[in-house]
Amino acid sequence: MPGLLGRGRGPGAPAHFSLYPLWDNPGSQGSVGEGTAPPPHRTKMNIKQLKKQEIREKVLTIDTMNPRVKNIEYAVRGPILLRAMELERELKQGVKKPFTEIIRANIGDAHAMGQKPITFLRQVLALCLYPDLLSSSSFPEDAKKRAERILQACEGHSVGAYSASPGIHVIREDVARYIEQRDGGIPSSPENIFLSTGASQAIVTVLKLLVASRTGVMIPIPQYPLYSATLADLNAVQINYYLDEEHQWALDMAELKRALEQARNSCEPRVLCVINPGNPTGQVLSRENIESVIRFAFEEHLFLLADEVYQDNVYAEGSKFHSFKKVLMEMGSPYSEQLELASFHSCSKGYMGECGFRGGYTEVVNMDPAVQQQMLKLMSVMLCPPVPGQALMNMVVNPPQPGEPSYQQFQKEKKTVLADLMEKALLTEKIFNQQPGIRCNPVQGAMYSFPQIQLPPKALERAKELGQAADMFFCMQLLEETGICVVPGSGFGQKEGTYHFRMTLLPPMEKLKTLLNKLSQFYVKFTQQYS
Amino acid sequence: MWCPAPPPLPASGARAQLPRIGRTESASGTGLVGRRTARAMQRAAGLVLGLRAGCCQRSPGWGRSRGRGWSSAAAEASTVLKLRPEKNGRERILTPESMNPLVKAVEYAVRGPILLKAGEIELELQRGIKKPFTEVIKANIGDAHAMGQQPITFLRQVVALCTYPNLLDSPSFPEDAKNRARRILKACGGNSLGAYSASQGVNCIREDVAAYIERRDGGVPADPDNIYLTTGASDGITTILKILVSGGGKSRTGVLIPIPQYPLYSAVISELDAIQVNYYLDEENCWALDVNELRRAVTEAKEYCNPKVLCIINPGNPTGQVQSRKCIEEVIHFAWEEKLFLLADEVYQDNVYAKDCQFHSFKKVLYEMGPEYSNNVELASFHSTSKGYMGECGYRGGYMEVINLHPEIKEQLVKMLSVRLCPPVSGQAAMDIVVNPPVPGEESFEQFNREKEFVLSNLAQKAKLTEDLFNQVPGIHCNPLQGAMYAFPRIFIPTKAIEAAKAHKMAPDMFYCMKLLEETGICVVPGSGFGQKEGTYHLRMTILPPAEKLKVVLEKVKDFHIKFLQKYA
Repeated sequence: MPGLLGRGRGPGAPAHFSLYPLWDNPGSQGSVGEGTAPPPHRTKMNIKQLKKQEIREKVLTIDTMNPRVKNIEYAVRGPILLRAMELERELKQGVKKPFTEIIRANIGDAHAMGQKPITFLRQVLALCLYPDLLSSSSFPEDAKKRAERILQACEGHSVGAYSASPGIHVIREDVARYIEQRDGGIPSSPENIFLSTGASQAIVTVLKLLVASRTGVMIPIPQYPLYSATLADLNAVQINYYLDEEHQWALDMAELKRALEQARNSCEPRVLCVINPGNPTGQVLSRENIESVIRFAFEEHLFLLADEVYQDNVYAEGSKFHSFKKVLMEMGSPYSEQLELASFHSCSKGYMGECGFRGGYTEVVNMDPAVQQQMLKLMSVMLCPPVPGQALMNMVVNPPQPGEPSYQQFQKEKKTVLADLMEKALLTEKIFNQQPGIRCNPVQGAMYSFPQIQLPPKALERAKELGQAADMFFCMQLLEETGICVVPGSGFGQKEGTYHFRMTLLPPMEKLKTLLNKLSQFYVKFTQQYS
Repeated sequence: MWCPAPPPLPASGARAQLPRIGRTESASGTGLVGRRTARAMQRAAGLVLGLRAGCCQRSPGWGRSRGRGWSSAAAEASTVLKLRPEKNGRERILTPESMNPLVKAVEYAVRGPILLKAGEIELELQRGIKKPFTEVIKANIGDAHAMGQQPITFLRQVVALCTYPNLLDSPSFPEDAKNRARRILKACGGNSLGAYSASQGVNCIREDVAAYIERRDGGVPADPDNIYLTTGASDGITTILKILVSGGGKSRTGVLIPIPQYPLYSAVISELDAIQVNYYLDEENCWALDVNELRRAVTEAKEYCNPKVLCIINPGNPTGQVQSRKCIEEVIHFAWEEKLFLLADEVYQDNVYAKDCQFHSFKKVLYEMGPEYSNNVELASFHSTSKGYMGECGYRGGYMEVINLHPEIKEQLVKMLSVRLCPPVSGQAAMDIVVNPPVPGEESFEQFNREKEFVLSNLAQKAKLTEDLFNQVPGIHCNPLQGAMYAFPRIFIPTKAIEAAKAHKMAPDMFYCMKLLEETGICVVPGSGFGQKEGTYHLRMTILPPAEKLKVVLEKVKDFHIKFLQKYA
């Protein structure tokens, strides 16, 4: 930006450009335009005119903007990440730090941490993007077959054409078939499948449909902050139910009841969100637990949202993923006919880790057909989900079958990723629990550990002085001293007086070991410093 | 602070209490007619659901009363969902009555009832049902590839290389494509398109966008920090509008949009519960934007809202006009004077056909008007990979550039964008090629230019052809298509046809377009979906079908129109 100052923009131009050095310096935000001496050539100007120019208020300011947007918080990409990016820039400029790289363990971004894409997925996608390759001998036949099928279903045989707003129909068919297979034959209809721009967009869409006046939405605490952010945006009422950390973050029915009863005074509870496997907490719900949740939702007349994007990420022995849809259908009448459910999946997690393509889908069950059309209409305004992401989702639900040329390699790659994650889940739990003051529940599933940390009173005081949440203070210090970027528990919500952070399992094994040890050492130092 | 709890009334009721927006004599715009459209759309959607699953077909029932037509569609769809009838009448939690009323009020004609009907007809054709035509021609949406336009080779090569980097070793890809792919991959986390990018977009792509804008605007500086990559331009427009809307009652944010407009605007305004303020483009004058009309609209709107945003579409969609430099200056001066935030939708910037027209970006004109304007007027402008010569709609690539945005607002914007993580990285890569195409001396330069020129000159020819052929039809008047991808001719609809439409509870031009679809298989969008002066009727048709097909389409429309005039004379 400073380079632009001398470009002869005519008199007066610097007034605008001089804002930017201030913006670059976080300390002086908010003081823009005031207290800065006018540039010398301005002194000739009529003072009134000058004032008008300097003080002319913007149309869009923090005071005039949409107040709901202002209320949004999203910790996973919040101040910690912004600071991490700054530090990265400083490292590049050669500024000396007690570390040589920033390790971003803040977000479930597998490829960024070095995980290799699944070959078959990328082959099919490349074939779809550049169909000349269909005549190349270096692509396997099963990849070509899938690419041809997808292209056949695209208008003009091009992924560059808009698809239907709920997604390409053959991909919706494949998703439905995949769900049927996953759920032991329970039928699924392509008409109930809506492809989306990542799971996030589908979750926002369904919540948007549901929120009317003073609608209450029950979410777990700790939660994935997409939920709280969306509820703030929609001006819905957030109802917290607390997961039980003492029992491996279990979902306790009595707690659900408590939360609901309490909320009834202030809003109209209509929605219950469940994240299974849990993010950030990693628990995997048992079948009995899911049944109880369904019964509860039915009795209390709640619409159920099941965030199942980590369905392929289950590590703990004895844990198994049960889809809400399957359990619901197996419970039979009246639940299976009446309970309204939307469940979500994505190509960003699992063994694929294809976050950048923004592929995902939702399946709706027992949704009012008229509302389903409203959903279609809402999605049509945004035209369609990105077609490359749809194509990728297609490979997730329609992978190579035994006997196909790519089957073995696909299985091998998939298993390697999942086995690796399992090992890292165990390792993380073990190393954290060796450190007095840190306690980590077993990481049964998903991609994160969410350990509890005890913070000494002096650290709490210091954080208070700085106007920071205590765990934010801890994480910031950790970042400054070690380059490790994790997200404070306060960004997800936690029981008052407890402190946590969320860290991904995704760095490669050796790096993860180093990281865990560094983190434990830092914790020791930190507690000594503030005791 | 505005207390935003929406009233428990259905949205249509709530809106009806608002003063009518726009000229009193032309209250319809997208209002009443559009609502009817939405209902029709619900019914049609119900039928499509039914048909897809192979339910028995019923008559479309366009003209039937809402309740009856609707419940039959719902019943059919229930069968599809394999639901048993609800035994104890237990009500669903989420119903059309209990759902978000703001969402219910949203309308989007481009993919509305006409398209649903077209889908229905396509299925019938597939099943062998005889029609007076053999295929449905979807001229309703600017979807170039769907109409047979070939992708630009270079763009696809780079994106394929990024997706499957093994191809970087293949001798069948040119070096300039490989270089670009390597550069993009280097800027991606883990060198993979599969990693999330920064919420604002991949850094080096934002730099390329800024460099492109500087070149386009003759050196006016552009800062990568002001560039935000988006999921198509629609996402950018929605995001900026969302952050702008505030206040309650008379201080609720008013958003000025052209009539006719691209219905993304009315849809988003409705969802955000903002106030739509219509300004009318001058059809008699090649759809020009008249600042006096802007002034009228703002003055009237101040009675009931706080007009804060002015949206401009240039080149125009659906109207195809290209604004003169003088007109843009006047608009900017007006925005400055009235303290309006400017939104410049410039996704058709490469689509200018008329010899005496040239695209001027708002950004450039703003800077050339001097510091009083360039330091003050807040502007967001939008571009996309979906239009131009690329037509890569499916990738959902786009960007916006913001000017004079308050630094705190930029922080808020990044926060808001970060919740949805990032725009699709494949779309970002496609955008990169649009702003960083092969240059003279590079291997792919000639082929790239040839392909680009081919598409654009083709479109220019078709624009002229469309205008000429439409104007030969008695009762159709078509302004010159100076730019964009659509013709928006005015059609004369005889009184008897208007009465027949009324009897079917349809807007007259919806009635006309439905008949056109049923009799010829040609799918166009009625003017009422975009808004138009009361008592005038239009349709929007893309000029994207291949020239030969387009000629046939235009001939068919002509024959249909003449027959229609005779039938309802």
